[in-house]
Amino acid sequence: MTDFPWLTVLIALPAVGALLVGVLPRENEALAKQAALAISVVEAVLAIVMTTAFKVGGDRFQFTEKYWWIKSFGVHWAVGVDGVALVLVLLSVILVPLVVIASWDEAGRSGGTDTPPKRSVKTYFALLLALEAMMVGVFAATDVFLFYVFFEAMLIPVYFLIGSYGGPQRSYAAVKFLLYSLLGGLLMLVAVVWLYPLSQDKLGHGTFMFDELRTMHVDGMTAKWLFLGFFVAFAIKAPMVPVHTWLPDAAAQSPAGALVLVVGVLDKVGTYGMLRFCLELFPGAAKWATPVVLALAVISIVYGAVLAIGQVDLKRLVAYTSVSHFGFIVLGIFAMTTQGQSGATLYMVNHGFSTGALFLLVGFMIARRRSARIDAFGGVQKVAPVLAGTFLVAGLSGLSLPGLSTFVSELMVLIGTFSRHRVPAVLAASGIVLAAIYILWTYQRTMGGPARDEVKGMPDLTVREKLAVAPIIAIIVAMGLFPQPVLKAINPSVQQGLARVDVRDPAPKINGNVAENGARP
Amino acid sequence: MSMSLVAASLAAAPSGGEKLPAPHIEYGQLAPMLIVFGAAVAGVLVEAFVGRRTRYYVQVPLAAVGLVAGFAWTIALAARDKPFHAAAMGAIGVDGPTLFVQGTILVLALVSLLLIAERQQGHFTAQAAALPGTEAEQEAEQLATAAGITQTEVFPLMMFAVGGMLMFPASNDLLTMFVALEIMSLPLYLLCGLARRRRLLSQEAAVKYFLLGAFSSAFFLYGTALLYGYAGSVRLSDIADQLSKDAGSETLMLAGLALLSVGLLFKIGAVPFHMWKPDVYQGAPTPITALMASCTLVAAFGALMRVYYVGFETLKWDWRPFMWGVAILTMVAGAVIAITQTDLKRLLAYSSVAHAGFLLTGMIAVTRDGLAGTLFYLVAYGFTTVGAFAVITMVRDAGGEAAHLSRWAGLGKRSPVVAGVFAFFLLAFAGIPLTSGFTGKFAVFKAAVEGHATPLVVVGVLSSAVAAFFYVRVIVVMFFSEPEADGPTVVAGPATAAAVALGVTATVVLGVLPQPMLDLAGHAATQMFVR
Repeated sequence: MTDFPWLTVLIALPAVGALLVGVLPRENEALAKQAALAISVVEAVLAIVMTTAFKVGGDRFQFTEKYWWIKSFGVHWAVGVDGVALVLVLLSVILVPLVVIASWDEAGRSGGTDTPPKRSVKTYFALLLALEAMMVGVFAATDVFLFYVFFEAMLIPVYFLIGSYGGPQRSYAAVKFLLYSLLGGLLMLVAVVWLYPLSQDKLGHGTFMFDELRTMHVDGMTAKWLFLGFFVAFAIKAPMVPVHTWLPDAAAQSPAGALVLVVGVLDKVGTYGMLRFCLELFPGAAKWATPVVLALAVISIVYGAVLAIGQVDLKRLVAYTSVSHFGFIVLGIFAMTTQGQSGATLYMVNHGFSTGALFLLVGFMIARRRSARIDAFGGVQKVAPVLAGTFLVAGLSGLSLPGLSTFVSELMVLIGTFSRHRVPAVLAASGIVLAAIYILWTYQRTMGGPARDEVKGMPDLTVREKLAVAPIIAIIVAMGLFPQPVLKAINPSVQQGLARVDVRDPAPKINGNVAENGARP
Repeated sequence: MSMSLVAASLAAAPSGGEKLPAPHIEYGQLAPMLIVFGAAVAGVLVEAFVGRRTRYYVQVPLAAVGLVAGFAWTIALAARDKPFHAAAMGAIGVDGPTLFVQGTILVLALVSLLLIAERQQGHFTAQAAALPGTEAEQEAEQLATAAGITQTEVFPLMMFAVGGMLMFPASNDLLTMFVALEIMSLPLYLLCGLARRRRLLSQEAAVKYFLLGAFSSAFFLYGTALLYGYAGSVRLSDIADQLSKDAGSETLMLAGLALLSVGLLFKIGAVPFHMWKPDVYQGAPTPITALMASCTLVAAFGALMRVYYVGFETLKWDWRPFMWGVAILTMVAGAVIAITQTDLKRLLAYSSVAHAGFLLTGMIAVTRDGLAGTLFYLVAYGFTTVGAFAVITMVRDAGGEAAHLSRWAGLGKRSPVVAGVFAFFLLAFAGIPLTSGFTGKFAVFKAAVEGHATPLVVVGVLSSAVAAFFYVRVIVVMFFSEPEADGPTVVAGPATAAAVALGVTATVVLGVLPQPMLDLAGHAATQMFVR
């Protein structure tokens, strides 16, 4: 079984599926939906089977494959996952079938409040599957060039998902999303191109393989420029203040299903890239940049949360909470402690699920009221208790209630940060208080109180909708109570990455203790 | 061809005795050009002797056979053990890069021929001499339509132009190169004025192109004269020798090189010599625009590289800063001005300006990788651009092509396949991975970084980002806007559809599996241009 090309199959299956769904007859919408669901479920099952074959404590990268792709550029089709990539792949493939279920009826209509024209249903699902292939690819790539290819190509399906199926301002939002991401991606391209002659110089042969590049010693201005090239792209993707402004617009206009993947998975590519590429390829430059990055992370946490409180649009609200949460993740990564980074990785997964659930539920609410405004709702829990209940659980996970998934990761990030950078950790902790405000106040305004007249006829979650949300809620609870299996997979990878960072420039004394003790919280 | 022989013999025997020595000509090595020119001459005879109704059926196969035979011969030449040779007394270089460029031109010309030969949409006026809007014009038009006659003079004209394009990058002395330049340009000036719709615009384009082209030719010729004064020869290798001797008047040399560069940069449409491009691309019949945007660009880049790599390589520390400036200006200006365009053909013209800038970044490296990258980029861009213009010919309303951007609103709903294909071409222009545009950009940028031109690459990616904006804007119009009630219809003739399919195939294959073509380009560049 170890020789089975797991990852290539996991990338190829949805890609081929996307083509298949794309060529189905336009009229037969049911078939397109069923095909998309079947493919994404098979994909998820395959990925879970693969996970059982993953050996914790074995090689760092497992299920590796390596073939020449473009020999003239020194580019390989090289895939493989370590613990971090594995959990993110799992996050993606689990979310996609749920998104397919959730988008079952919504796909034909574009979102928003107007009476929208009919859209091609099969294209929507084909785009979702294409996106899935690229999401798996971007996490599985162990060749920097291949990573870049997926990183950029991923934008196109999202662009069409937002632009064709979004709300009234969709084309503005789609273009803004694409241009922000493209600009970041192109700056990264310069860094990627630069890596090749650099590796020729330092290693004796040009390569884009991650495991070879990470042994390369780059320092001085070159490292700083390269670091910036990657970091800016990832910061836009993540998104961090001050390059976050595309996210609220994209979120407000995007269809709920696609939004789950954009915020839940796509943006994780940014933080994943920081952890994997910025830190391990350019450890010296990463340390050089740490103060600024930490400051930006803290600003993101507080600023995102404050803006979230002030929102009147539910999707924008959840988008701003994500900006705040991404601040936490970046904080954990750049704290450069095992605990912080493990916590950050866990946070990526948890945030994917809890925000995914929130966006799905918001999508269901919008489908019922044809409005995303908070003041369009009120007293929902009286007429739709299941909807309100699941919203509360997902929301509470977002504000890190102990027992729910995000709590563990947020705590780890804060402890991991505190052990090295006290002030940012203390400031970041205020984000938790703000989170309580934006979640609970939103719940109170939309779900609590007497049911408004317009809300009274609102139906509760249908079976299909329950089917989409229930697995996520189960995961949120399970990960809150038993994060250990996931952490066990993540920890060795994070430690290896961190070893690379500290190898050349010993960190302050306190770090040694933390790195050793922090591994098992 | 005869003119080039004269040039060759003049170069070989400057003494000017009473008896011109018979030059030694390797017909086998010049065969691709000879075949194409032969087909062109035969085409002229067909115009004279074959009946009007049957001309079309003779001209199209004749041109196609000429191009295919030329291509086959080029392949045969390239497959020989040692294809590197200076033929016709050193006037024509037959070497890896040249054969690659010539092969590219021939294939792209063949694809353009599909567009030119498309009969379902008459692209060419029945009688170019008739004044636009006059009764004579209408009469000619009606007569032609009634008799089912197509304009067929375009075929020999096109073949002459293609022959010139083959010779342009192969010319190893400046006089031959000038002759090739004229053979290439003169038919194109004429072809630009033959559009069936919007006659005035078309004629304006022709006149503008002619005047500016003549002007640039004069620059080229003046530069040649000054370089002759410097080196005592118009042969590129003699100029290079003179340079390495560090003798002669530097003023003459620098002034000559500058003037020569103006002539060449005009042909590739580099800023600030790009003014003709938008007007000409817009006014010319779209199939001719496709021919110019692909083949002429390839030929001009081949010639540009030959002049700089063969003649002035030792001088690269002097011309590089200048070319840096031109490349930066070209990329930035092309991308920025394109933002404000509302006509698709003009938009693609400015995009072509920006792409010329990207190509220059690869060419500036003066390395094998740079040459190979540029060659690959030319192939990739050529196919995509022919495909894109082919799509433009398909979207039509009562007044001919609906090239105004606003007319394309909602095309994605009306005909999703055509709009999807065009969007794909635009993404390739924008350099999105998994398209040929990305591979090409990566190849030239990599060469530039290796050649220590990283700032140039930064400018390149920034202008790519700007360029992405207007490509994306077209996609927005096509897919995210509602269709107009009286929107254009999509008319897909079989030949046009074939051209589009070829463009798509090449764009996908060169994006996903570019290795064979990269190998070919790399192989072609193993030896630089022959001296």
